[in-house]
Amino acid sequence: MTESQRPRPVVQLTLMRLREMMREPGALFWTFGFPVLLSVALGIAFRVKGPEPVVVGALPGVTLQARDALASAGVQVRLLDEAAAQAALRSGQVAVLLVPPAQPGEPFTYRFDPVRPEARLGRATVDAILQKAAGRQDPLAVRDQEVQERGSRYIDFLIPGLLAMNLMSGSMWGIGWVIAEMRVRKLLKRLLAAPMRRRHLLFAFGLSRLVVIPFEIALILIFARLVFGVQVAGSYAALGLVGLAGSASFAAIAILVASRAQNTQTVSGLMNLVMLPMFVLSGVFFSSTHFPEVTRPFISALPLTAMCDGMRAVMIDGAGLAGTLPYLAVLAAWGVVSFVLGLRWFRWG
Amino acid sequence: MNPTSPDAEPALLCRGLRKIYEAGRGSGRKRAGAVLALEGLDLAIVRGECFGLLGPNGSGKTTTVEMLEGLIEPTGGEVKLLGMDWAHDESRLRERMGVALQETRLPEKLTVEEVLTLFRSFYQRPRPLEALLADVQLEEKRRAWVVKLSGGQRQRLAIACALVAEPEILFLDEPTTGLDPQSRRQIWGLVAAYRARGGTVLLTTHYMEEAQRLCDRVAILDRGRLIRLGTPAELIAGMGAEHVVELELEAGIGALDEATLRNLPTVTDVHLSGEGVWALAAVEPERAVPALRTLLQERGQHLVRLGTRKATLEDVFVSLTGRALRDD
Ligand SMILES: Nc1ncnc2c1ncn2[C@@H]1O[C@H](COP(=O)(O)OP(=O)(O)OP(=O)(O)O)[C@@H](O)[C@H]1O
Ligand SMILES: [Mg+2]
Repeated sequence: MTESQRPRPVVQLTLMRLREMMREPGALFWTFGFPVLLSVALGIAFRVKGPEPVVVGALPGVTLQARDALASAGVQVRLLDEAAAQAALRSGQVAVLLVPPAQPGEPFTYRFDPVRPEARLGRATVDAILQKAAGRQDPLAVRDQEVQERGSRYIDFLIPGLLAMNLMSGSMWGIGWVIAEMRVRKLLKRLLAAPMRRRHLLFAFGLSRLVVIPFEIALILIFARLVFGVQVAGSYAALGLVGLAGSASFAAIAILVASRAQNTQTVSGLMNLVMLPMFVLSGVFFSSTHFPEVTRPFISALPLTAMCDGMRAVMIDGAGLAGTLPYLAVLAAWGVVSFVLGLRWFRWG
Repeated sequence: MNPTSPDAEPALLCRGLRKIYEAGRGSGRKRAGAVLALEGLDLAIVRGECFGLLGPNGSGKTTTVEMLEGLIEPTGGEVKLLGMDWAHDESRLRERMGVALQETRLPEKLTVEEVLTLFRSFYQRPRPLEALLADVQLEEKRRAWVVKLSGGQRQRLAIACALVAEPEILFLDEPTTGLDPQSRRQIWGLVAAYRARGGTVLLTTHYMEEAQRLCDRVAILDRGRLIRLGTPAELIAGMGAEHVVELELEAGIGALDEATLRNLPTVTDVHLSGEGVWALAAVEPERAVPALRTLLQERGQHLVRLGTRKATLEDVFVSLTGRALRDD
């Protein structure tokens, strides 16, 4: 910058925020490292496993022939004595117990607990295999078609939620906490003692978020794509718009929360009070449809729900700009109301 | 600095300035907790003057300057700064004044240069960065983060932020508190240089030496009240004696009482300034000291220490309030 040129206040204030963030390893970790780590941990914990094999127990006397037929059809067979077999059946380690006929010519016995679904499934599976091995012909010809619905895995559900959660925390900590800290340090007062326009400072807060948000979104999307093959079904523009609207809305909520807080403990307490219920209710990690029907309108009106659902509409259901309008409306309402109240109550000193 | 304005017009004027901090905000129930931080202050500071506000902790210095700076709303009274008032001319006033608050923590991970550039961006006509760095002797630290600066360097940076646009009036709230003597002298040098360029200064301090050295006039505040106003010399003269005799007696042997000491020739004031340590304000110590020695001989008491020095503003404060200025 040359000496004759006057630096611009909005640019300088924005640079101040960006520099402080880039030079603070903790801030970088929470913004970029943490969501990636969280998606790895949850993605691995809830990865899709193949269908569980059927495990059956067999008492001594079950023929080798029968056991071979089951094993070659993928059923695990465990040879057990009477006492061990009873225990295994009770604890569910085996789904069904094969009891050989006491006298030749008497029927084969399946011992199982019909209340347990896996026991009923085991019985049906074992029976079909044994009957077929004994020569049964199926009169009806059938064919299986296995499907894997795109976007139906847990990770596909999780990534839009994580994205929304990360943008929310970014706005709340990056603005609310920073304002309270500047107030404690008397930096807010010092800036006001200079001919700084208040709106320039608020504008700079927004601008610094605007610079970081695309990186936050891109990092998570690229990571999820490369590691888990998560795709964006709808338009990136719609996704970006939901992200921006959500971030702006939470920026306004952050200003409201920090409007009077005289220290950082107060502001972090208030922010947790705002954010924690939404982590649970808004369906970041698990679908909020598990909550009772009566709570549904309340939950849908929460800003984090709107952002999560909006992102899922785009990423999973392939919604375009029009499809995100209801979510954008909820976010805008929260943003405008919080901003107006926040400015009215704001204490600069 | 502003040659068109007549010297006669005061740089700063306040009348009946008052501040009450309400305790329980909102409801008026917890009235008992309200603090009267300043009651009815009248001041006039002329252009080019260096004015000092002196007082112990909690006497209302910060409250006063921040009301003058338009940062806290006064409970009552009026302020005129450079002929303008805060209600109408805030943005013009901010352009023309400089402020260093008591303990501002500037952004820790910005460099000296970045902080100055930030503050320069707020003003219509900022001074060049190089000139600012040179003024406060921070050229070598220009790329150092604020958090890596020493206390004295940080304070100089804070003053540089106040001097960014060559203000007409500079407010410094305890600019040297907690600094070592060398840093303190550096800051005194900065203030002197600014005054030499024609600037007006209002500073607060609880170092009497600082006030005596820097200020043309001082106001002594105590518990929100103005108790004396004048030049340092006037205030010392007002005490009635320009010398102080300090004596320390061996502990435990029959005490001297105040009335006896007060009767010594030319002694105008007597204070117990510590355990067994007396401070006597004396017009002519060369007459008071021999009389004191005779008195002690008669009583069979022994001196641990006896000294004579010139009276300072500290003594003025003690004689006015009976308390020391600093707790530390
Ligand atoms: N925001 C506030 N709310 C309530 N009381 C306050 C507030 N700020 C200051 N006070 C009280 O007002 C009185 C004057 O405080 P002030 O900070 O002006 O003193 P000071 O002379 O600057 O002291 P110091 O030398 O310690 O800086 C003190 O009793 C203080 O406790
Ligand atoms: Mg103070």
